[in-house]
Amino acid sequence: MKVIELNKKATAANDRDAEELRRKLQARDVLLINLMSAAGSGKTTLISRTIRDLEGKASIGVMEADLASEVDAEAIEALGARSIQVHTGGCCHMDASMTRQSLEAFGAESGSIVFLENVGNLICPAEFDTGAHLKVMILSLPEGDDKPLKYPLMFAESDALIITKMDAAPYFDFDLEAAKRRALALNPSIKIFPVSAKTGEGMGEWEEWLMSRKKELMRKH
Amino acid sequence: MHEMGIIINLAETLDDTAREEGLTNIARVTLQVGEVSGIMTDLFEDCWNYFKKKHPVLSESRLVLETIPAVTYCSSCEKTYETVKYGRECPYCHSGETWLVQGNECVIKEIEAE
Repeated sequence: MKVIELNKKATAANDRDAEELRRKLQARDVLLINLMSAAGSGKTTLISRTIRDLEGKASIGVMEADLASEVDAEAIEALGARSIQVHTGGCCHMDASMTRQSLEAFGAESGSIVFLENVGNLICPAEFDTGAHLKVMILSLPEGDDKPLKYPLMFAESDALIITKMDAAPYFDFDLEAAKRRALALNPSIKIFPVSAKTGEGMGEWEEWLMSRKKELMRKH
Repeated sequence: MHEMGIIINLAETLDDTAREEGLTNIARVTLQVGEVSGIMTDLFEDCWNYFKKKHPVLSESRLVLETIPAVTYCSSCEKTYETVKYGRECPYCHSGETWLVQGNECVIKEIEAE
């Protein structure tokens, strides 16, 4: 018996699977986005609006990861977009091998954008690399501007923060500037988009960023 | 369940390591777990004892957990303090603008193997 020092992350195998998946998708011109948020933040509503706004400009597919039910996938299919419901079987997040298996079942079209709607929570989805090219998180206005202080990892890991339900601003004491300042303190390069998927406010900026990042990331290979 | 996802990955990471290093039997796995990593150690050990049987190289192994204390940094007064004792609010200047420095890890420190 010998002692071997490893100092390796427990999830190192997942990181390797994620890297491989990212490369494979890029070769097929498929942009995968890991969309993370708490339950009820408006992920499906945001995606639905994005699909409608980008009709003709981008082909969008959605993988809905939940512990159970088909309600989200049905809402997306009603818009004519392709979707698949993934049941995590009680697991509170998606990892790279679960994502790869779901993508194989889904059969993502070349050139498309695929949103992975991760399980609704702000904790462990931030810890597992799914193989996505971009991590986007949603914070809805009723959740409060203190969330970057409570769930720092999620904010530190994300490429973009979408603040949803801005149309409800008159009814909540949400300090947008404080939320932005706290998120930027954790992650100076995070892009922040305050939006309302209901009124369309701010959606253009988010969609423009999404399309430009797609162009940039998919050009690299 | 948070623990299950980590254990599945941990077992896979160790399988990879055994292949790379030509090991056939891992007797001990020492893991450093952050105090506020959200890992419940009892549940974690139960999960490990269940999943290790699915991996021949790990089936006889013992899991040893070491705790990494959680430390928070206050960006207002630039001091650090014990996270578990004081929480989010800085005990020196009472600012809420504080960030976790360490305590969220889950790292394989070492293994004993042949």
